[in-house]
Order: sequence, then C-alpha cells, then structure tokens
Amino acid sequence: MDFTLQLIVAAISSGTPLLIATLGGILNERAGIIQLGTEGIMLMGAVTACITYLHTGSFVLTVLAVFAVSAVLGFVHAFMTVSLRANHIVSGLALTLFGAGLSAYIGKPISGTPLPATLPKLNLTFLDGIPVIGDIFGHLDILTWFSFLLVAAMHFFIHRTSWGLHLRAIGDNPATADVMGIRVQLFRYGYVVIGAMLIGLAGADLLLVNSPSWNEGMTAGRGWIAVALIIFARWNPFRALLCAYFFGALDTLGFRIQLTGSEIPSYFLKMIPYIVTILVLMFLGWRNKNKPSGSPEALGNPYIREQRF
Amino acid sequence: MSRRNSVEAVPLEPAAETAGGVRPERKPRFAFRFELDPSSKAAPWWTPIASVIAALVVCGIFIGANGMNPITVYAKMLSGAFGSSFGLTETLVKAIPLLLCGLGVAIAYKIAVWNIGAEGQFAVGAVAATAVTIYFPEMPMWATIPLMIAFSVVAGGIWGLFTAIPRTYFQVNELISSLMLNYVGLLLLDYLVFGPWRDPKGFNFPGTPMFSDAQSLPLIGDTRLHLGIVFALIAVVLYALTIRYTRWGYELRLIGANTDAAHNAGINIKRHILIVMAISGGLAGLAGMTEVAGVAHRLSYGISPGYGYTAIIVAWLAKLHPVGLLVASFLFGGLIVGGYSVQTIGLPSAISEMIQGAILFFLIAGDMAAKFRLRRSA
Repeated sequence: MDFTLQLIVAAISSGTPLLIATLGGILNERAGIIQLGTEGIMLMGAVTACITYLHTGSFVLTVLAVFAVSAVLGFVHAFMTVSLRANHIVSGLALTLFGAGLSAYIGKPISGTPLPATLPKLNLTFLDGIPVIGDIFGHLDILTWFSFLLVAAMHFFIHRTSWGLHLRAIGDNPATADVMGIRVQLFRYGYVVIGAMLIGLAGADLLLVNSPSWNEGMTAGRGWIAVALIIFARWNPFRALLCAYFFGALDTLGFRIQLTGSEIPSYFLKMIPYIVTILVLMFLGWRNKNKPSGSPEALGNPYIREQRF
Repeated sequence: MSRRNSVEAVPLEPAAETAGGVRPERKPRFAFRFELDPSSKAAPWWTPIASVIAALVVCGIFIGANGMNPITVYAKMLSGAFGSSFGLTETLVKAIPLLLCGLGVAIAYKIAVWNIGAEGQFAVGAVAATAVTIYFPEMPMWATIPLMIAFSVVAGGIWGLFTAIPRTYFQVNELISSLMLNYVGLLLLDYLVFGPWRDPKGFNFPGTPMFSDAQSLPLIGDTRLHLGIVFALIAVVLYALTIRYTRWGYELRLIGANTDAAHNAGINIKRHILIVMAISGGLAGLAGMTEVAGVAHRLSYGISPGYGYTAIIVAWLAKLHPVGLLVASFLFGGLIVGGYSVQTIGLPSAISEMIQGAILFFLIAGDMAAKFRLRRSA
C-alpha cells in the first residue's frame, strides 16, 4: 500500500469515533437540544467499555453496558434541558466536567491496563483482489461498518420518513410540531437519550479500536471537535462522514509525519486538529456571513407550552 | 382517556378535532403540576448551599458503591483542607489562581461570552512569565517581577483575543474556540518543558530550572502563602467597583442583560467583547504567573490541576458576585487540597473533579427548580 492509501485507511479508523459522536450530536441538535456534554459522555463510554471488557471479555456485554451508562447521562441532560428548561450550555458543561471526573475516579484502578483484544475486523477476503477497494474496505472493524450503515440510515430517517419530518419539526418549530400532535417533550427526551448512546459508543470505539487501554482524559478534546464537526457538517449525516474523515486524516497525519523522521516536534503536530478546527469555523463564518448556517431554528430554546401536563 | 402512543398515527394535516382551533383538553395524569412562577425572578440565596450538599450526597453514593465509606472520605478531605494551619494556607494558595481565573470567567460571562479557555490562558501566562526568567536571568527583582506580570497578562490577553476575534468577526462559537486553544496552550507548555526549556541538570524531570529568589514572589510571613493573594484581592475589588460604579461597568451589565437593547443604545458590542476577553485572558494569565513564581518556582509539566475548568464552576457558584467569588474560590481551593489528601488513603484525587461537576449540575437544576411552583391542577 502506498502512503495515500495508508492515510485513507488510518483516516477512516481514527475518524470513526468522531463520526459516531457527530451523528449522535446531530440527532440531539436536530431535536433542538444543544449537547456539549459530548466529551464527558465519550469518556464515560470509554471507561465503561474498558471496565466491562476487562471483567467479562464479551464485546456484546461491553456495548450494552456503554449504551446503558450513556443513556443515563443523556437522560440527565434531557431532564435538565427539557423538563427544568435549564441552559443547555451549562448543563452540557456540567456533564463534561462530571464525566471527566467520574471516569478518572472509576478508571484509576485499570488505568494503563492493555485490553486482551481489540474489536474484531470483518475480513472480506473476496475484495482482496480488487486494487484500491480491497485495501480500503477489506479489513475494517465492525463498528466502522456500523457507522457506514448509521450514516445511510440517519440520512434516510431524517429526510425520507415521517418520523424524520417530525424530528425536524421539533427542532425547527416546536410550537407547530405540538399543534401537529407530536409530543415535543417526549421526543426530545428520546432523541437526546439515543444521541447520547451513540456518543458513548463513540468513546467505546476510541478505546476498543484506536487505543486499547484506558487513560485519564484519553479523548483529548475529540468530543469537542465532534461538536464543531456538527457545525461543519451543517447537521447533515453525509457531510458529517466527510468532515470526520478529514479530521481523522489530520489526527493521523501528525503521527505519520513524525514517523518519516521530520524535525518538527510532535507537540506542534498534535496542535494541528485544534487549530484547523478554529480556522475552518472562521472560514465558514466568513463565507456564510449572510446565509443561514443550516442550524435547527429552535436550537437551544426550551419549549414552553401553556397548560401542558 | 385516550393517549396517543404513536406519532405515525397522527395525520400531517390538522385533525378534524383541532381544525376549529379547539383542542380537547388532555386530562392531567397528576393532580399536581409544576408551573413556571412569573413572580420569582432570581434564584434564592440558598441554592448554591443546597447544590453543594446534594452533590456531596450523590458523589457519596458513588464512593460508597466503590467500597469506601463516604463519611470517612469526606472527613479526610475536610480535615486535610481546613483542619490544620498548613491545610488552610494550602487552601488559600490554591484559591489564588481559582479567584483570578474565576474573575476572568465571570467578567466574560457578564456580557454573555462563554470563556471556557481559562486553562489555556493560564498555561500561556505561566509560559510567558517563565520566558522572562529564561531570557533575562540576571535582572534584579524590582524589574523581574513587574516584567513577569506584564508578560503573563499580555500573553493571556492575546490568547483571549484569539477567541474574541473569531467570535466578533467570523461568528465562531467562543465555546469551541476557547476550548481548542486550551489544548494548544497546554501542548505549547509541554513542548517547552520537555524540549528547549528542560533543565539540563534536572535528571530528565520535565521542568525548567528553579527560579532564583529575585524571580519568585515574596512569601507572606513564615508560610507558603505568596504575594499573589494581594493581586487577587485587588483584582476582586477592582471588578466589584468597575461593575457597580463605572460607566463602562454599566455598559457591560446592559450588554449582559439585553444585547439588542445595548446595541440599539449605541454601545459598540464588538469592541466590548474584544476588551473583555483580553481582560479575561489577562487575569487567567496572571494566575499562571502567580503559580509559577509563587508556588512551583519553575515551569513544569501538569502545572495546573484544572484551575481553568474549576474556575467556571467557581464563577457560577458565585453567581458572578465578588463576595461569592471569594467564598467559592476558597471552598474550591479546599476541595482541591482535600482531593490531594484522600490520596493518602489510596483514593484518586479525581474525587474532587467528580464533586465539582456534580455541584454544577445541582446548581443549575436548583436554580431552575426554584422558579417552579407546585400547583394544584384545576
């Protein structure tokens, strides 16, 4: 495999956690709830995955445990923002701080313990004969395939089904959605919980595929990059895929430049994704000065209907 | 009583029963309901206290589930932080950077700007102060200390502007940019202490050479408490006076209360955001200076135990009030010291981070819940 192909494969592998987290975030935000707890939920997902896998050795149980934990965190965020109508930003920040602290606390005893195995890969040997496609798609892990499926499914769901129409209505104009007979509050709860489950899965993916041992703060801001990716992707699953792989490539590029024996210190290479995030956001802001960003119109607003419940 | 369980069953057109604008009343499931009470404007004074207690209870459950007695752990933290004169001065030493960073976060939040980048601003402030000792090693104290202060404030201020400029001119959400800059600032610090600034005589310890006495802040009395506490107290007083009595402070309050009204009143909001973020970053940068020159006496890896993030909670717990900031930074200084002290019984100091996050949760939940009233349904 030449350098470009290797880079593409590595970009997909390190872009997958970003992609899954971004998709979870899109689901949240399409329903009108800002989710800034991404980093904390990912950390909790990763630490849960590590503990469950070390104790049970079963990937199925691991994923179920991750879903359970992140669903609880999502439920807390939904309760704060939907029922108590608290500020989405502070609630998300609190979730991130709490998740970072709790994951460090419960992860302390297993910190640095390597996992006995990483997530199994789907070896599609019949693809090996085909030059480029075989190299890229021949040996991907299960969660990467799941993320491909998820992108297609979410795109279809949001844009082609009546449930998706309802979801968009909840995020754009909850009052109208309410008149249509959609139970806005109930569905906001549902989407925040499902979104959080995906974000937790992203943390588990980071641990099970990319770096198979738990370290305190191992997400290193990837949760926040996923928050920015939602904006780059303009709340669209397909764009999310492209943007996530772009950042996955940036993530691995630094590592690869280092391998070539470059003189640039690794610390500066590690800065690249963070600086590029800001620069891309600035570029989008400059280009879309007078255009809509594609953001759901009621994003961040609590929906209050007189005399409900 | 019929409840719709499936949305698919609902036609997209208004149903016949709602077409006339009359919607059948859904029977409430409970005889009581929560309502937003229009008469309560501010959350009551006791919510911060209640939220601290609630957070301790919930974290106690986690600690208990982990096989420790939460009462023992909390007693250990309490006695470690406030039980001895050593613990008390350590708590004050930790309160200094928290107060300075918390002030920075608070002043930015006064105009509804979310600066969560105090951690990075703290780091570059510490780096800039250390640069003075590296590049001007032989200067006398009366020149070194003011230059360190100036360097750290300017560096932190520039880091703040890196957030303010994208926000004002390119509509970049300041939450994301300030957080990304935290990682950049910390990586810069790591590069310097592992690379060019590493002490050649330091046995591979990731840190710069120790500062000389002329490069260190004077200590107060016979303790580890340093002159930084005076800076922090002056900063609080200036903050309180500026916000309350100056025209500029009035403009800040106006922007925070109603951005549109402030804009219509002819206030240049962009300029205010730039100035406030520069001040906000400068305060966090100064905190970095006091930490390297007052406590560590060298720049080293992991110099901040997350002061910048804790400062967000300090500012919120204080409700941006100067007296509240004093109390909250003292309490959280104690929480950090208490977190260290549980390490002696084999627990990770991350306990204090967990409690901090939980406090923030209960604080916002309490503030909102206090605005609701339980009403009997008609």
